[in-house]
Amino acid sequence: MSSANGLSAALVAAPAARQGIVPVPAGLPQPVFPEAVAWAFTGCYALLILVTLAIAVGRRLRPGRDFTELRLRVKAFWFILVLATLALGFNRTFSIVCIAFVSFVAFKEYLSMIPTRRADHRVLFWAYLAIPAQYVLAGVGWYGLFIIFIPVFWFLALPMRMVLIGHTQGFLRAVGMLQFGLMTCVFSLSHMAFLLALPDAGNPNGGGVALLFYLVFLTQFNDVAQYVAGKLVGRRRIVPQVHAGKTAEGLVAGVGVTIGFAVALAPWLTPLTLPEAVAAGLLIGFGGFLGDITIAAIKRDLGVTEGDALTPGHGGILGRVDSLTFTAPAFFHFVYFLHY
Amino acid sequence: MRNALHVLARWLFVVLLAWPVCLVVLGMNVRHRNRLPRDGPAIVTPNHNSHLDTLAMLTLFPLRRIARVRPVAAADYFLKTGLLGWFSLNFVGIIPIARKRGAADADPLAGCSEALARGEILIIFPEGTRGEPERMQELKSGVAVLASRFPDVPVVPVFMHGLGKSMPKGALVPVPFFVDVYVGQAMTWNADAGGDRRGFMARLSENMRLLGEKHERPEFE
Repeated sequence: MSSANGLSAALVAAPAARQGIVPVPAGLPQPVFPEAVAWAFTGCYALLILVTLAIAVGRRLRPGRDFTELRLRVKAFWFILVLATLALGFNRTFSIVCIAFVSFVAFKEYLSMIPTRRADHRVLFWAYLAIPAQYVLAGVGWYGLFIIFIPVFWFLALPMRMVLIGHTQGFLRAVGMLQFGLMTCVFSLSHMAFLLALPDAGNPNGGGVALLFYLVFLTQFNDVAQYVAGKLVGRRRIVPQVHAGKTAEGLVAGVGVTIGFAVALAPWLTPLTLPEAVAAGLLIGFGGFLGDITIAAIKRDLGVTEGDALTPGHGGILGRVDSLTFTAPAFFHFVYFLHY
Repeated sequence: MRNALHVLARWLFVVLLAWPVCLVVLGMNVRHRNRLPRDGPAIVTPNHNSHLDTLAMLTLFPLRRIARVRPVAAADYFLKTGLLGWFSLNFVGIIPIARKRGAADADPLAGCSEALARGEILIIFPEGTRGEPERMQELKSGVAVLASRFPDVPVVPVFMHGLGKSMPKGALVPVPFFVDVYVGQAMTWNADAGGDRRGFMARLSENMRLLGEKHERPEFE
């Protein structure tokens, strides 16, 4: 194919979102994500560089203060940002495999911290099989089966396999705990993957990748906003028995900031109108809060304290995706209902 | 040439089987990895719950030293059939040991002694068998015999949790669980035995038990 042909073909074939202001000439590597997402990633890197520099300056100015926690958090975000860029930077299939792997590690972490019965070895294996199945369904975009596979079919298949083993002591506890893990770590999180399978036409501003970016960025940002706001102005604790760090002031201020970002980013990354963007910000703000305290409650119940060495080095994936277990399905169905 | 092939076989086993299974499918949390011996001769004594234990132990050592790390394994089990024996000896790199006493004058630990004399690192499961998953059994005294023959060689206790949940005796496929590994302080015959095999094994057993008690674990019945 001649280069002139290649150029015109690229211009004609590229979806609107990929054209951008200055199309990349044919022959050069074409951008792998929509331009909006490329800009959004650039913004994230800029933001993180700024924060890193600010901490360095802060350490110079106030040598007495302890910046360890802040530095660890920033380091974790560098890690997440680079991984997210790689995960989304190749192609859709690779992105979905990466999200499936996140589900797998989160589910494994969950199973490693709950009590299990030796007799259920095979049942646990069956539970794991739901992960590839669910993500294949997301990948091929088979919505009807995707949305009932775990809540209906695997919901019935697991107790069936378990009852055939014939061990009744602790049966309900075992099957209930297993179902909860599968629903949060696999079913909920897999909604992120289904965003990538949505038709491009539903979101002229970058398709499913942009929606996924919007969801994950706002969720993570909301976590930070609530944490920082809680530290600065937090007084009244909301659920002191579950999570000592959550305050009413932190929640309200955090959600406010999240709504601000949701509204600011919506025209660039989503098909949402202004009131819809406000609603999305509310949904992600409160959803993130609920996901966070729910996983915290589970860890409390099991006697796993935050920062416990149960999975050091693995950094507690569950703690990183806890907010997403609520925000991913909530945001997905919000957008799906309104625009698809 | 033969030696190079042997090293290659051991590398293949670790890179293609031990690493993917233990580092990707399972996931290992290792405490005090720096207490592991950097070089032989040394003896490492983990508890035994699963076939995966050997794989897990092999992931704890750097690849360039892996050919000198030798799991000690029961001859009656691993040399039962020709194919399994060939694989165990060449790819896993086991040193076979007879669990039942044969001829009265034969030394069942001869292979282990030779390996230590060559400066290799032995992995010995002192429980002798996998047994009930996630339950420690009484230790066999072979480690004390070896330690008394090599009184300055470090004996490093290791406690592992999770592998017996993942693949207990009788299970054919592993189910992923995170694995906790605790490496203890090295003991030596000269420093810890006081010339008494039983005393040495009792201390080793106690050290392994204490390592396992350091952390609360979810119940597994």
